[in-house]
Amino acid sequence: MAEPVLAVDNLATHFFTRDGVVKSVDGVSFTVAPGEVLGLVGESGSGKSVTGFSIMGLIDPPGRIVSGSIRLKGEELVGRTEAEMRAVRGRSLAMIFQDPMMTLNPVLRIDTQMMEAVQAHEKVSDKAARDRAVQALAQVGIPSPEERLSAYPHQFSGGMRQRVAIAIALIHRPALIIADEPTTALDVTIQSQILAEVQKLCAESGTALVWITHDLAVVAGLADRVAVMYAGRIVEQGLVDHVLDRPLHPYTHGLIGSVPGEAMPGKRLMQIPGSTPSLGRLPPGCAFEPRCSRAVETCRAGAPPLAQGSQGRAYRCINPVPAEEAA
Amino acid sequence: MAAQTTQRQELLRIEGISKRFVKPVDLAGRIANMMGASNRESVVHAVDGVDLTVAEGEVVALVGESGCGKSTLGRVIAGIHEPTDGHVFWRGQDIATMESAARQAFTLGAQMIFQDPMSSLNPRIRAGEIVGEAPRVHGLVDAAGQAEYVATLFRQVGLDPEYRRRFPHQFSGGQRARIGIARALAVKPKLLVCDESVAALDVSIQAQVLNLFMDLREALGLAYVFISHDLGVVRHISDRIFIMYLGRVIESGRTDEIFREPAHPYTRALLDNVPRLDARKRSFSTVKGEIPSPLHPPPGCHFHPRCPLAGPRCAVEVPRRTILSEGRIVACHLADGGVAAAA
Repeated sequence: MAEPVLAVDNLATHFFTRDGVVKSVDGVSFTVAPGEVLGLVGESGSGKSVTGFSIMGLIDPPGRIVSGSIRLKGEELVGRTEAEMRAVRGRSLAMIFQDPMMTLNPVLRIDTQMMEAVQAHEKVSDKAARDRAVQALAQVGIPSPEERLSAYPHQFSGGMRQRVAIAIALIHRPALIIADEPTTALDVTIQSQILAEVQKLCAESGTALVWITHDLAVVAGLADRVAVMYAGRIVEQGLVDHVLDRPLHPYTHGLIGSVPGEAMPGKRLMQIPGSTPSLGRLPPGCAFEPRCSRAVETCRAGAPPLAQGSQGRAYRCINPVPAEEAA
Repeated sequence: MAAQTTQRQELLRIEGISKRFVKPVDLAGRIANMMGASNRESVVHAVDGVDLTVAEGEVVALVGESGCGKSTLGRVIAGIHEPTDGHVFWRGQDIATMESAARQAFTLGAQMIFQDPMSSLNPRIRAGEIVGEAPRVHGLVDAAGQAEYVATLFRQVGLDPEYRRRFPHQFSGGQRARIGIARALAVKPKLLVCDESVAALDVSIQAQVLNLFMDLREALGLAYVFISHDLGVVRHISDRIFIMYLGRVIESGRTDEIFREPAHPYTRALLDNVPRLDARKRSFSTVKGEIPSPLHPPPGCHFHPRCPLAGPRCAVEVPRRTILSEGRIVACHLADGGVAAAA
């Protein structure tokens, strides 16, 4: 296998609040190969976004990366100064947010923002920067990019704004893009357009992609591999075909069963009882144990160890779903 | 299940419903007009000539993307908006000409559940009072019986009655959705209008709430108008679907038939674009363009600028409703003589 673009090893990001320590990310490990799409799936509070922010070096107090390592093309990112991170961000590492208005400054025209993004990392003339911006907008399928360049963000629709945000992320051809729920707020037809663009652009440029989402169906259509997070840990990961066709962790199994439209119409959906635990007060053993139908006595004793399979398959469960139930 | 709908008694019928929102010319505009400018009031046709029926115990889904008018139509059905044109019939009676007692039976009988429980539940009132207030005011229960009545409702939606002293912010998202449902159920409705009621919930919680909706339908014989952009949810829960685009219903029929054989190009595009668990590493087929502004909808068929099959007729003539089979209606020129220019 090729050298991974990103190798996250045993990452832990904790938030030190007045009410105690919140272990948002607690021992997360995964790698992403060049050109690969990894789907990072989880429900609210599972730590999937905090994982993304940790990689970008965007964790602010009271949060802090307490241990672990994040290596981008072999270079360690944890422990770098803000100035050193700024040289990386936007150049070899970029992020797309759920709400493009988080990326775009509402009072600046698109050309100002895009030229700034170009010139932040490369000494080029205004003319050259502008040409790059036009190119980038055309690349993400914005019609008449030259005219649109002098518009303000509010003059774009939601889907178009997200395209601009993607264009800015792609401007320096980064080795890795982290996308945090970028299509969640969009209509289905617009979501498809964006997914198609992203798929094409990553395939063309060899950019690796971490796609953070709660939507398993989007991951099925887009990703090569999937990692499922629950309460700050990756409970299962592997190739999309392996994990979705043959889930081993009861949580993954429950999530797949909860997706409406796959089950027989009109029948009850398989449901996971209860709700996600508060990260400040996790049970001592497996965090999923109180909601798990397959829980046994030993689940309460301690966090389940990581079981490794072939082709990067890994899961944390001592009583995995047997094959005949998973189908 | 759906096959019996024809025999079921009609609960609600709407005919030719239109809803227009008019933004009048403001003062500056009026002054400019005196000087010879020509500012005109802007009109949004949120809903444009919709017919629909809901039978007792039936689940009807309104589907479409943002700005298609599905929420506005839902609010007209729930009696929150007055329609600009058209009639709403409740158990065969026109609500515009109803006397007050019958009108109240309609207002209580059709209840709405909103997308965001945090903005539809008063943050300063305890959950028990949120649920118990309306039935007491309407005389369904006296003050002495209120606590017991609320406890029954809490149990019915899967909440611990102990929680009735809590405020909305002390609940999780899924529990707040359940309070919204209990509040609606408190006045013994026959029809629930659910506007994206599960859209903001996590998948595992969404499954719980969808199961609750199905249980309540079974237990209480409730009918639903289920408004959603999520075709997976709609396919799972509904008997019939109405697909809307820019204020008009472009296709309607039984859920299984529409999913098996979509007739309108827009329906086909929507179904093709739904992400599915079994579609791996797919290439996403795309409809070109975006939804036009409802302020300036395109002439003729609203969908023609994005339609891969559009012809000259589509840009000029509004498509008629064509009946394909019983209960199956599509508004597309392809089903009605073709897209070539009319003679």
